[in-house]
Amino acid sequence: MHSIMKTSFAAIVAAGITATVAHADAHALSGDLVIFSDMSNPAPRAVMEGMAERFGAMHPDLNIELTIIDREAYKTQIRNFLTADAPDVANWYAANRMLPYVNAGLFEDVSDIWEGDMSTELASTKGAMTIDGKQYGVPYTYYQWGVYYRKDLMEQFGLSEPITWEEEKANCQTYLDNGIKCYTIGTKFLWTAGGWFDYLNMRTNGYDYHAALTNGQAKWDSAETRATFANWRELIDMGAFIDNHQTYSWQEAMPFMVNGEAASYLMGNFSVAAFREGGLDDSKLDFYQFPEITAGIAKGEDAPTDTFHIPSGASNKDNAKAFLKFVVSADNQTLINNGENLGQLPVNALSAVDDDKFLNEGFDMLSNKAPGGIAQFFDRDAPAEMAAVAMEGFQEFMLFPDNLDDILARLDAAAVDIYAE
Amino acid sequence: MPVSEYDQVKRGWYRRNEIAITPYLFLIPGVFFFAVYVIFPVFQSFNISLYKWDGLGEAEYIGLENYRKLFDDRAFETSLWNNLKWLVLYLLAIPAGLMISLFLNQKITGIRLYKSLFFFPFVISQIVVGLVFSWFYDPTFGLFTKAIALIGLEIKGGVLGNPTAVTYGIIAAGLWPQTAYCMILYLTGLNSVDPEQVEAARLDGAKGWKMLWYVIIPQLKPATFIAFVVTIVGALRSFDLISIMTRGGPFGQSRVLSYYMFEKALSEYGFRMGYGAAIAVVLFMIMLVFIAYFLWSMYQDEKGAH
Repeated sequence: MHSIMKTSFAAIVAAGITATVAHADAHALSGDLVIFSDMSNPAPRAVMEGMAERFGAMHPDLNIELTIIDREAYKTQIRNFLTADAPDVANWYAANRMLPYVNAGLFEDVSDIWEGDMSTELASTKGAMTIDGKQYGVPYTYYQWGVYYRKDLMEQFGLSEPITWEEEKANCQTYLDNGIKCYTIGTKFLWTAGGWFDYLNMRTNGYDYHAALTNGQAKWDSAETRATFANWRELIDMGAFIDNHQTYSWQEAMPFMVNGEAASYLMGNFSVAAFREGGLDDSKLDFYQFPEITAGIAKGEDAPTDTFHIPSGASNKDNAKAFLKFVVSADNQTLINNGENLGQLPVNALSAVDDDKFLNEGFDMLSNKAPGGIAQFFDRDAPAEMAAVAMEGFQEFMLFPDNLDDILARLDAAAVDIYAE
Repeated sequence: MPVSEYDQVKRGWYRRNEIAITPYLFLIPGVFFFAVYVIFPVFQSFNISLYKWDGLGEAEYIGLENYRKLFDDRAFETSLWNNLKWLVLYLLAIPAGLMISLFLNQKITGIRLYKSLFFFPFVISQIVVGLVFSWFYDPTFGLFTKAIALIGLEIKGGVLGNPTAVTYGIIAAGLWPQTAYCMILYLTGLNSVDPEQVEAARLDGAKGWKMLWYVIIPQLKPATFIAFVVTIVGALRSFDLISIMTRGGPFGQSRVLSYYMFEKALSEYGFRMGYGAAIAVVLFMIMLVFIAYFLWSMYQDEKGAH
């Protein structure tokens, strides 16, 4: 009995030594790592849990505490926990969406992670993570926006993917003549209208104007913005959008396209999973880049980036930085963004894009067909308050296009206050 | 052994004053929490409303600037008007509750079941009420939409998508549980109506409306007062229904002050704590009018009782 205990004790010690040796290369971490995440939908949740598990396997002495919070609730809770009880790692969004927290000194400057290779590998999103020359987080995924459409309907009416605005409108007219709405949309939560504005504006005036407008350097009541709204109005006057869109969420607007009552949907790639669940396979669902409006303008695209940050109040910053490096590593990026997991695009240039029709097309579009620039999205490029009033204005415009003068005046008045700081 | 005066003097200070102090001791916990969670935040809101503050960084003192901005803010104006609509129309719950309680105040088989069915909407959560009414109003398959289509009416965009109809639609949803609440108050009130007075009135030839107006309703005055209080408070708290049914939309036309304050200060896009606090102060002032009235009228009652 005594000897058995001795042997097993020796075995445990031996195992412990090998384990230590094996992980010494990976700079074994110890202590705690507290992660707050907003990846609460089923697929992202599994991804987040998987990442924590794999990072834990690399560092067995590290005690990882993962808390997943409902994505919508997270948006209001983040202020409380960043100031009161900061985790070591927290999810958030890029560009202006992180500005209030950076300005308040709540997000840690992580420029050292970006030094060297990382900056080249993550070059595509570096700008969106940079404020005043410093980086305040790392991206883990991004996705393209575009027009998702019913391929079978397009074939049925002998149409093809439109390249120009004229073709887009001609296609739309054909659908309308056949009793089908051109676009489904649900504007109850406003941001979907922001997507339409982004594309119309970037196609009418270009990416630089989008940047100037969201940064408060351009006026809302201007010839450029009015041109954007005029193009939008053409579609509205045709009756291109489904009726009563103000009462639907983006998910509630999907059945119109699944049932064939609407032909297409300007949306982010995250909608593909839902379309497939709704029964649209690749023979019925396809994707095209938003067509050209003003000839010769370099196309800009929306590709919102989701991110990880280290709160300034974190207590285990070294562990957190190691985790951030792990998140952006090429292998991890390939894995978490593949079709079985997030089904989105990896941000690391060395990662492989999963072999999926929409991911391939999206990756190609963002890498080769968006010379104008990559925008984050209206409500991430514009300051939060501006985004809120502007998107409300977009919804009003979609319902009452005649109110445009009033809307523009209101937005300019709001902008004076918001950009004054 | 006789109790000497000396012994009495020896009793402790607390013992001597026990009767005078005990009520205050019992009050301390209540007063403490009321002060910390109600009184102090009220003054804190007043204070914050004088600052420009994003809730994260440094607050900058700007005096009454936030209030001046409220005057130019049309979204604020819309919210204020909507609050007024809520206050006025929500009071319909009182006569409606009275009618139903009179109707249910009978002794027939199964009346308890009917009473509980009428009371049911008050028991279920406001969230559920909001969802049920959202489906009821749905512009494509909603029962309400279908029903008014039968008589040839159509509300453009559906009730909740129509900027003019939306507030009335939400108030109607809110009236459903509120009517049930008033009904239950009146049902208890009707139990204490003096049958002798009713009998006497009947002998004098009173019936129908006259009986109701001159004999029953005066006796229901306490119930009416409570119904009025809870309805006013309910109207000013109309936050959850708006949040669940429209989120203030379409384009902010169904917002009320409480929801607007939440949007400006606490929601996803809101970082204007000072401005939000200013809205809260305005809402508080409106409430104060009613609170003052309630306190005054309770004070009058107390005086009458003594």
